[in-house]
Amino acid sequence: MENAVIIVVGADKPGIVAGITSVLAQNNVNIIDISQTVLRGVFAMIMIVDISQSKLPLSKLREELQKKGKELNVEVSVYHEEVFKYMERV
Amino acid sequence: MKYTVEEILEVHRMLSEEDLDIRSVTLSINTHGIISDNVEKVIERIRELEPLAKRFSEVVDSVGEKYGIRIVTKRIAISPLQFLLEVLPSSHALEVAKELDELAIRSKIDYISGYSAFVDRGISRGGNAVLSTLSAVLNSTSRLSGMINAGSTMGGVNIDAIKIFVDQLFEMRPEASARVAIMSNVPPDSPFVPSAHHGLGMPDAMINIAVSGPGVIEGVIRRNKPKTLQELHDLIKRTAFKITRLGELIGRAVSKELGVQFGIVDLSLAPSPKVGDSVAGIIEAMGISKMGGHGSLMALAILIDAVKKGGAMATSSVGGLSGAFIPVSEDYVMSQRALDGSIDFFTLLSLSAVCNTGIDMVGVSKKQGKDKVIGLISDVLALGVVLNKTLGVRVIPVDEEPGKVIDLGGLLGRVVVMKLKDIDVSAFTSLSGYMPSGIKRLEFG
Repeated sequence: MENAVIIVVGADKPGIVAGITSVLAQNNVNIIDISQTVLRGVFAMIMIVDISQSKLPLSKLREELQKKGKELNVEVSVYHEEVFKYMERV
Repeated sequence: MKYTVEEILEVHRMLSEEDLDIRSVTLSINTHGIISDNVEKVIERIRELEPLAKRFSEVVDSVGEKYGIRIVTKRIAISPLQFLLEVLPSSHALEVAKELDELAIRSKIDYISGYSAFVDRGISRGGNAVLSTLSAVLNSTSRLSGMINAGSTMGGVNIDAIKIFVDQLFEMRPEASARVAIMSNVPPDSPFVPSAHHGLGMPDAMINIAVSGPGVIEGVIRRNKPKTLQELHDLIKRTAFKITRLGELIGRAVSKELGVQFGIVDLSLAPSPKVGDSVAGIIEAMGISKMGGHGSLMALAILIDAVKKGGAMATSSVGGLSGAFIPVSEDYVMSQRALDGSIDFFTLLSLSAVCNTGIDMVGVSKKQGKDKVIGLISDVLALGVVLNKTLGVRVIPVDEEPGKVIDLGGLLGRVVVMKLKDIDVSAFTSLSGYMPSGIKRLEFG
């Protein structure tokens, strides 16, 4: 399994989760975990997704998600999970 | 979740708001194979490096995209050209330099570093060829950089080499002079320019990493407001661990993808002229209201000790300069403090006792004369030799008066012309020869 972490930050409104997850579904990316929080007073959604069966390499998937993010007026960041493993685990 | 929300948001904040990035991925390669007394053969062999350079460039881009990490520059370190110029007549130096510069441009490499020579105690034929062509070469190129190692614990400090260096320096364009440093005890595996070169005793090729991230350390201090120096040290150490791990991740990924051995992570936190990406900003977050105030040296010593301890836990492959970087123009707060008079040359000299850059990216007025610059370089290199550490000088000679600012743009930033002490030292700097290696030398036997 190869995972990525997606962070979506922006004003909360209907359609954000649906918009982002539709891009994931189209590209065969499975959501493993999802969590919502408030970051500096604005909505933040964090997802851990499995990209091992993804139709797109991570760089292209990031582009697609960020394109969708622009439509939804939210900021989307996508990192490979290894970044968190290296930085947050000894 | 596998990671807590706080952990994920912490990493996200470092990468998106606090300018944590990889300052450079450097491919260090043994290029002694280009050595020939026939310039056509040399050029041909340089061109043979192109497929590797291009592939390296593509791999770095793809690794950055895969992980979602910004990699600011791609660099190649080559064997010091002194060795080529021991054999090849120096009249061909410029042609070779331009070929290397073009190789970097064609391969989308930001800097190719190694127009370098070791002249700690004396100047060999090749060393003289590099020294005497420095201004012609750097004025005619844009991506080639170099270093003159004119001091070492083993060899001493060569004032004759310093004088030739300053003669050359005064002939350079400001941007060209930003691509050369004069150093003591240069390490063989630095990923930073201009010190980067492929040193002796290294494998044929390796990947060396330079990280950034002063903004991350400043942020953690400002948010946590530590009450004791131990708490302060611990906060920096824990954060430095995370920063260094990012370097380790990217280094290993590039190394694997390119099929080249992983070399080292340089623990130094490289600043940039952007607001919020400053080493001096960390010192000010510690409570020194303006970098340069009394206490700055202890604050810097705490910072670098904690960075080294956290970094050493994060990677077993430590190398390069691995110290505190306080370049003046390349660090926004440093350049502000140079302008408002909080730091002068003597502040920088005292900070050199704990930092690893020495006097870096400072403007000097040509009107103040060469002798004072020779004296300044001698001071820094002597300090490096006496303290048994790496130090260097990168000054930008300009026609303007002290107090003026020259904008070099990009990572090089705004160069403040600082006043050299107006005392005649010419009787001392006119002495020739070298300062003998000190008592530290005898600790080796």
